[in-house]
Amino acid sequence: MVAFVVRRLLWMVVVLFAISILVFLIFFATPGVDPARQMAGRNPSAETIKSIKHEFGLDRSLPVRYGLMMKHMFISRDLISYGSHTRVIPEIVHAAPVTLSLVFGAAVIWIVFSILTGVAAAVLRGTIFDPFLMILALIGISIPVFWLGEVVNLVTQSRFHDTFLFSWVPPLGYTSLTEDPFMWFKQLFFPWLTLSILYIGFYARVLRANLIETESEDYVRTARAKGLSERRVLFRHTLRTSMITFVSLFGLDFAVLVGGGALLTEVVFGLPGVGLLTYNSLTSLDLPVIMTTVVYAAFFITLASALVDLVYAWLDPRVRLA
Amino acid sequence: MAVFEPEAEGIVLDAEETGGDIVGRSPWALAGRRLVRNKLALGALALFVLIVAVSFAAPLYANHVADTNPFESNISGTVTIDGKTVDVLQQGGGKLGLGETPIGPTWRSQYFLGADNQGRDVAARVLYGGRASLEIGIGSAVFASVVALIFALVAGFFGGWTDAIISRLMDLIWAFPLYLLAISLATVLLTSPNGLTISFVHVSADSLWIPLVIIGFVYVPYIYRPIRGQVLSLREKEFVEAGIAQGASNLRLIFGEVLPNVASTVIVLMPLMIATTILTESALSYLSIGVQPPKASWGTIIQDGQELLYTRPWVAIAPGIMIVLTVLALNILGDGLRDALDPRSKVRVKA
Amino acid sequence: MAEPLLEVKDLKVSFRTEDGIVRAVDGISFTVAEGEVVGIVGESGSGKSVTMMSVMRLITDPNAIYEGEILYKGRNLMGLSQDAMREVRGEEVAMIFQDPMTSLNPVYNIGWQIEEQLNEHYDLKKGQARRRAIELLAQVGIPKPEQRIDDYPHQFSGGMRQRAMIALALSCNPDLLIADEPTTALDVTIQAQILELIKNLKRDFGSAVVLITHDLGVVADIADRILVMYAGRIVEEGDKEQVFYDPQHPYTWGLLGSIARLDRPRTRRLTAIAGQPPSLINRPRGCSFRPRCPQAFDRCSVEDPALTSKVGGGHLDACHLSVEDKRARRDATINPELAESA
Repeated sequence: MVAFVVRRLLWMVVVLFAISILVFLIFFATPGVDPARQMAGRNPSAETIKSIKHEFGLDRSLPVRYGLMMKHMFISRDLISYGSHTRVIPEIVHAAPVTLSLVFGAAVIWIVFSILTGVAAAVLRGTIFDPFLMILALIGISIPVFWLGEVVNLVTQSRFHDTFLFSWVPPLGYTSLTEDPFMWFKQLFFPWLTLSILYIGFYARVLRANLIETESEDYVRTARAKGLSERRVLFRHTLRTSMITFVSLFGLDFAVLVGGGALLTEVVFGLPGVGLLTYNSLTSLDLPVIMTTVVYAAFFITLASALVDLVYAWLDPRVRLA
Repeated sequence: MAVFEPEAEGIVLDAEETGGDIVGRSPWALAGRRLVRNKLALGALALFVLIVAVSFAAPLYANHVADTNPFESNISGTVTIDGKTVDVLQQGGGKLGLGETPIGPTWRSQYFLGADNQGRDVAARVLYGGRASLEIGIGSAVFASVVALIFALVAGFFGGWTDAIISRLMDLIWAFPLYLLAISLATVLLTSPNGLTISFVHVSADSLWIPLVIIGFVYVPYIYRPIRGQVLSLREKEFVEAGIAQGASNLRLIFGEVLPNVASTVIVLMPLMIATTILTESALSYLSIGVQPPKASWGTIIQDGQELLYTRPWVAIAPGIMIVLTVLALNILGDGLRDALDPRSKVRVKA
Repeated sequence: MAEPLLEVKDLKVSFRTEDGIVRAVDGISFTVAEGEVVGIVGESGSGKSVTMMSVMRLITDPNAIYEGEILYKGRNLMGLSQDAMREVRGEEVAMIFQDPMTSLNPVYNIGWQIEEQLNEHYDLKKGQARRRAIELLAQVGIPKPEQRIDDYPHQFSGGMRQRAMIALALSCNPDLLIADEPTTALDVTIQAQILELIKNLKRDFGSAVVLITHDLGVVADIADRILVMYAGRIVEEGDKEQVFYDPQHPYTWGLLGSIARLDRPRTRRLTAIAGQPPSLINRPRGCSFRPRCPQAFDRCSVEDPALTSKVGGGHLDACHLSVEDKRARRDATINPELAESA
């Protein structure tokens, strides 16, 4: 067990570094790309470019630059953004709660509704409800989340804003939970719904498919032969095994979102989270921020995949006691 | 009567004797039959084909129906509706009423869905945008499949170091959060306004190849994994061993035995892949790092429509509806294909 | 004559499929007396499993159609509500399956799974269920049951797993145990042990057993009566001596001929029954075994033979040949070398 944890931690560190190097190379070693020129703005003169290069240490060799950046990021923790000229780490710390609020709320909604929908569809197989629910789920995964957000905004902020249904919806933005919990909730309500629709659709389908597959397993037949009630067979036998896949997938998706994957939702609803920060840094070639957000995201993802393996072992004794 | 002879050959049965046919049908024929019976999947296929046809007929629409060039600004243009001449961009928009608002849907052949901020015919742009989105969507899915297939065949078949290296590489690419990788590559490759030059290859800045290759690249590991797994298990199967016993060369085995079996996996995956790539492309284009102006795609039009969202919502809504319909059709088709090829799906059968 | 424990009356089970209606079970009737061991023998597709799965009403296929009656202690199981049927399952009629590895839930330990069944049917106090489970594991011959009760299915060997399944099935003292190919997935040496265990069940638990298998050799020792099924029907029925020493149906001869025996004068290949089972969708006219039957004559293609007693003593068969003819051809068919040397 300890060996497993140690091994995973080491692998995590390896992957983090590999990803950071890869990103570094993409931005600085791709032929035909010159970040100094990019940062210099329109029609820069040769001197401008040169002075930018020097200012940001871009005229040093690649490994040195990479080394310096890592040092500033982890050791002295005073990495400065190219764009805002402020420290990067506080920027991320400031953005993190926004993303966490968004993702946690959406996750709660999507877990509850996808389990309800998936189980309902599997149990109601053969009736009209099963295909109906599945078409709904299909529609859910077919909608681009940013477009859905725009439509939601159109309805709640503009077209129906004056009706009793949506008059309570505040302008787009984020208020911290500690500052004003009601405002926090009201501003996050529709972002939560929008973000979760895609995932409800996906997970409901996955769960239903898993349930149906598990239904035909021999041990479910045995459970019925034991005279157990259908409800017990469903929850204790069929669902229990199907949840293993559900949990593994959830862990990874959640981690990606926490690390900044919800950027489209953040953009559309004006939430200053990690995703938005990542996106802005990527497009303005603000390398320190890019590197930090990438490492931040990769950290969560590798952590999540290690956790998922652990949970898998906990849920499946065949893995635990192999 | 003949004594039961232990060495006798199997008794030959003709159809009458067995009382009916136990005719062997290939799995493809069975799947085809099941697919044809699935009305929903067929409907989805028809819808998809319709959307493709309509999008590729965009020039016809632009030239003959709407009489417009949707890539040219038309800020001071006019249009005739019911005999009256109307400015395409009208006074009185924005917060203080001092800006300009494009006309809304006319529901006629010109400016059917209205105009955008540049006075361009939205309906025509949506059709052209469809062409770009579909070209990239289908192209990147095919690109990803071909690349993944080659690598998977090589890695799965030859094993050893080849497999280890390729698989580790794929793991690394896949460990990268998708959006990060896509955005990074797109940002980097789109920086120069003069286009991209990599050794002898030069493409213009608005070439559709850039997003196509980026999106295709990002999804290679997704297709690579299941195919490699399949190749590995097929390699152990008897018919491959039989082929080796017959003295078949590696290449022959790959193309003759392994590839046809893997093909069905790829085919089932295709509609779903295309659905995914279309969504990815629209997201990148919305963020302005996908398709570049002057070209348009559904995603870029949604971006165009953002400023006009509360005044002229159709600019943003129409391309979104197209995306939803296309992706939905592809998802239904993908499900249908999967069900057709998977014999275990138990559905209520009509007596 | 006491009322039979189980009485199947003209049971027909069909399935709607894309290709037509598959008649998996085409009108079979039989009884099982209390404490009796009945062997149902047949190849894959003969309908033997479907028959007993229908007794337990475990078939979940929505395309299944049933006709006929299944009377258990006088009650028609086909007419029971789901709740009533659930009480029957496990408590009155229990079933064990072919592959114990996949038939036991891998994420729960053996004790939990046995206790689950006990708690479902009985109102037990804390600890009572666990003690009973340990007792059961001991009764089926699992050593150190108080330790092994917390083990997971994958930690048992194949034979032990099947014993655990049997313990599970017997936990509520059912009067009828159905064993569907219980030894097929096991090694030959373990097979013998499991069969011995089943044989003793009658003695220790008083349950009747229906043993389903494709291998006549398996039932040779422990069955009281044997039913031979082919293409959804019973083609021969009798007690053990009758079927083994005076088999009346050519299919049974084929099955007997394909058993490896130690007393053959010289080594030869095992006899296989040539051909394939018939389509269950379009039944051929006449006897369904005719295409594979070396004894077939003209009457066989025209008239479907009924399952009747030609030889007497409760021994039934479905073949047009006269008893003399059968006996004459039988030895030549099953043991040609013995016939030659005669």
